[in-house]
Amino acid sequence: MAKKPVRFTHNGRETAIFAESGSNLLDVLRRVVGDLSPKYGCGQGTCGTCIVLIDGEPHLSCLTLAETVEGRKVDTTGGLQNGPDLHPLQKAFMEGFSAQCGYCTPGMLMAAKALLDRNPRPTREEVVEAISGNLCRCTGYDPIVDAILDAAGQTSGRVA
Amino acid sequence: MSSIEFRKDLFADERSDNLNEIGKPTIRQDILGHVTGRTPFYDDHLFDGLLHMRCVRSPHHHARIRSIDFSAAGRMPGVVRIVEVKDVPHNLNTLLSLLNFGRDDEPLIAPQKVAYIGEPVLAIIAETERQARDAVAAVRVSWEVLPHVLDVEEALKPNAPSVNDIYPNNTFDYGPYDHQKLRFGDVERAFQQADHIVEGEYQMSPIEQAPMETCGAIAAPETNDRYVCHTSTQALFFSLSTTAKLMNMASSRLHFIGGTVGGGFGGKVDSIVEPMAVLGAVLTGRPVKFMWDREEEMQVGAPRGAERWRIKDGLTRDGRIIARSFTGFFDAGAYIRLSSYAVQKGTGHLPGPYSIPNVAANVFMVFTNRTPATAMRGFGITGVDFAIECHMDKGAEAVGMNPIDFHILNAYRDGDMKAHRRAAKNAALIECCQVTAGKAGWRIAPDHAQASSLIGGGAGERATIPETVTDQIGRIGERRRENLPTAPYAGSTARGRVAAGAAKQAVVAAPPQHEDMAVDLARFGFSKPQARATRQPHSAVPPASPSSPRPQQPAPPAPQSSSPVPPPAPPQTPASAPRAPQAAEQGQGYRPEEPFQQGIKRPGVSRFISGTRRR
Amino acid sequence: MTIHKGRGFACINYPIGMNLGGDPSQALVHATPDGKFMVSLASIDLGQGMKSVTRQIAAETLGVPVEDVYVDTADSDTGPHCMGSFASRGTHRVGNAVIRAATEARKQLLDAAAEELEVNPADLETDGKGNIHVRGAPSRRISVANTAIAAQFKQGRTLSGRGIFLVPPSGVDPDTGEMTPVTCFAHAAVIVDLEVDDETGEVDVVEINSAYEVGRALNPKLVEQQLIGGAWMGVSHALYETTEPYYPARDHGPVDFNLYLMPGPAQTVPHHIAVLERPAEDAPFGGKGPGEMCANPVLPAIANAVYNAVGVRCDTLPITPEKILRGIRANGGARPQGTR
Repeated sequence: MAKKPVRFTHNGRETAIFAESGSNLLDVLRRVVGDLSPKYGCGQGTCGTCIVLIDGEPHLSCLTLAETVEGRKVDTTGGLQNGPDLHPLQKAFMEGFSAQCGYCTPGMLMAAKALLDRNPRPTREEVVEAISGNLCRCTGYDPIVDAILDAAGQTSGRVA
Repeated sequence: MSSIEFRKDLFADERSDNLNEIGKPTIRQDILGHVTGRTPFYDDHLFDGLLHMRCVRSPHHHARIRSIDFSAAGRMPGVVRIVEVKDVPHNLNTLLSLLNFGRDDEPLIAPQKVAYIGEPVLAIIAETERQARDAVAAVRVSWEVLPHVLDVEEALKPNAPSVNDIYPNNTFDYGPYDHQKLRFGDVERAFQQADHIVEGEYQMSPIEQAPMETCGAIAAPETNDRYVCHTSTQALFFSLSTTAKLMNMASSRLHFIGGTVGGGFGGKVDSIVEPMAVLGAVLTGRPVKFMWDREEEMQVGAPRGAERWRIKDGLTRDGRIIARSFTGFFDAGAYIRLSSYAVQKGTGHLPGPYSIPNVAANVFMVFTNRTPATAMRGFGITGVDFAIECHMDKGAEAVGMNPIDFHILNAYRDGDMKAHRRAAKNAALIECCQVTAGKAGWRIAPDHAQASSLIGGGAGERATIPETVTDQIGRIGERRRENLPTAPYAGSTARGRVAAGAAKQAVVAAPPQHEDMAVDLARFGFSKPQARATRQPHSAVPPASPSSPRPQQPAPPAPQSSSPVPPPAPPQTPASAPRAPQAAEQGQGYRPEEPFQQGIKRPGVSRFISGTRRR
Repeated sequence: MTIHKGRGFACINYPIGMNLGGDPSQALVHATPDGKFMVSLASIDLGQGMKSVTRQIAAETLGVPVEDVYVDTADSDTGPHCMGSFASRGTHRVGNAVIRAATEARKQLLDAAAEELEVNPADLETDGKGNIHVRGAPSRRISVANTAIAAQFKQGRTLSGRGIFLVPPSGVDPDTGEMTPVTCFAHAAVIVDLEVDDETGEVDVVEINSAYEVGRALNPKLVEQQLIGGAWMGVSHALYETTEPYYPARDHGPVDFNLYLMPGPAQTVPHHIAVLERPAEDAPFGGKGPGEMCANPVLPAIANAVYNAVGVRCDTLPITPEKILRGIRANGGARPQGTR
């Protein structure tokens, strides 16, 4: 199979790789670039564990052809931190006990980041809608919604 | 939104809450990894030259394999190795052979016939997943389709197709019988004495564990002629030992590394993916990944098995359950996996957390031509608890009682004898009922609001093992020769008797092997409650009579003489021998640093009035 | 054309640990050169918090701060045998193994400190902050770190412990079913409030009130995680999930999450939980495991609430709108059973 060169910005770094024609971005990020933070949950576009940001927008990387990110900006959970400092979302998830197995967490964080980057003060309903493409089997969702609202500086209604 | 409160007041005298680290909301050790994407799941390891393995799977419920033509597949680009039946060193296993429970019944790759849609008959290893899928699609299998059976009760009939070659009767062997029996007392006689009979049938369909991470493993040659296997398993040594057995390999040559598991819920115990991956690594000398994609996870990966339950209750007019009889069917699918054990776990759970003097059950593990079942959250219990609690609601309705009152009336208390012939201890069902009723604002009878798990149990008939009537119906193989009913005692009038009081010792934990490991209980948060004689229920008025049913019923006549309805116990009746008063100092009461609440406090609800105060 | 409110109740108990026993777990504890402790397990963390709870258990048993303890899991080369994470056995079996191992390590720790302080080890206690001192004389003390250094580099003593916890296997009598299933049980009671639309058959769960008795909440936030997540799974199981919608026929089995339904973040139910703690005598600090039983009572409570709302007994799972509508039609209309 033909390999195509793909140049893109990955978590702020200029990256160039060769991708098999027709391969998907999730596989390429994990296996070729070596960024293991986006996850495989279904390969069918229904669970959101593979969500990465392409030019700031959430995309299902399992259904995105790797070659289509040529010249674009790709951001994953692996790049959320600012040096050693956690992103407010990461801190909120940690302190809010908003993860158990952690498998849905990278996708959730990216969906949440995309929301907060364009809407820094979302309502609860807007948060719920933003993560409606992300499945979680462990937490029952509310701890995640609460953490995103906390990160946004909104009260989640949480007491103390 | 939601809220949580910790009712430290309840059972406070049995605890000391002066611990340093226990009881603290310490941040999870692993959550930093979760939020940075660094937590290693099994697939989060990079291997040079990783190969991908996929299976050719049966499209039929039940079929004989006439021939497999993989010549075209073998020539396709990227295909490295075809894995056939003959490549599996030891091609028959059952998971619980590790515990000497059950005969080996399941091949890793089906040699002669397939017994469920999705059963693998060949595996193909290729350079990429895409190439493996394409090669699998190019394999031609010639099938001889066989009759199949999908209903558990159909499978028990004499002319049903035989699903599993090792257990040809479509049932598992439980001693001399084809089902697990539970016999306690004499339900037949008690049903005759009951004022109400309530019957029901309940069915739970299979469901998926549906973890966000599908099952998978990557195996690779390691150093020292060993193989490393990164796996999503929930049971590391189960998987290692199963792999060693199927590969006929010394266990010391296997190095299993579990990832954090991306959700297990019971679906990652079956240890199918690890032997496949290791087999692939052994045959190719390269790293091999074997995983289920989401479709396989849903329809090939083992679900929670379906269960069918029939329950028959005999009730007295005042709401006591005096007899309960079960017929249960666990649908194991085509192979045993863990279902044999689920039946015993479910049987041990009967009749639920209630003090019922006559109990009987026949619980079957049945083979059918569907995906083999396995564990899932609540394994062996979820289905029967659904049945029991729906049935309790019907019972409450039949006697005209508030369901919560009906539950508390029949709830087990410390010292009560359970149907599996062990005394209950550490009970807390009543308190859970009371607290929940209080939280929801659902009124219960005053004497039930004051009831306690520590009071009223363990005495008289509640604490004894009655003489028990037995039967020998349903010995292995009988059901294949003639139609036999499945309910307890049905199908023959021959009866045996087991003397009252017959029971073995309860099994307790093995003591520490060395005195240096023996624990000083005072440091571990246990405190001895005060002698029972000094404890009072929180109301000064002792209960005068069992709670009355709802007014629309006529006043209850005196209970039938033979039904074991104990009078309400006076407060001094101990559930067990009174314990010495607490000698060591109590220590500071637990003070949470902050309230554990999520969401908005419910307006108007003080945390001191939810539930029922014990003192 | 009406939304009917319904309220249902269910309560359960749940066996803690592998049924019939015979499921051992082992733990190893050792000190680093400067008195931190590593706990080696082969146990698996699947999100329930195995690493976290065993860390707290080890720290409490050793008498050191939790920050000075780390738990390593899931390597068959370094972790001793553990049966696995299932059957709500983790806290009970693995926790107890960790306690025994940490107890042995603590004994070595106090022996070493006693040698340094020239006192009887029985007179020593840990302060939980990294120090060991003579009971009643806090100034006569030595840090855990210095104890470890002295033990390993001067005295020639390891500060290590090993532990195994096993409930030996019980048999099952084939004629009576007699057995010892487990040694302790957790408890739960749940009241579900919901609404049923008698035109569409759809069910909207509105509120859950519950009480769960877990022996001891070793980490209250981990317990909360299980109870919230578990109840969500219970609602999902009761109303939506099946791999065989026409069981026992296998037709139309879902193959993706478009067809395998689970409630999403817009459908979460306010859940008001009370946690009760009646410690089990053979459990770590009395703690039983909430991991499995959190979903179970929700299923029948929903079925009972549907009956209360519209008078239809849904005895098969999942409780779908179709089943409710068929029941309403068979009854000649919705039959609400009365407010509770």
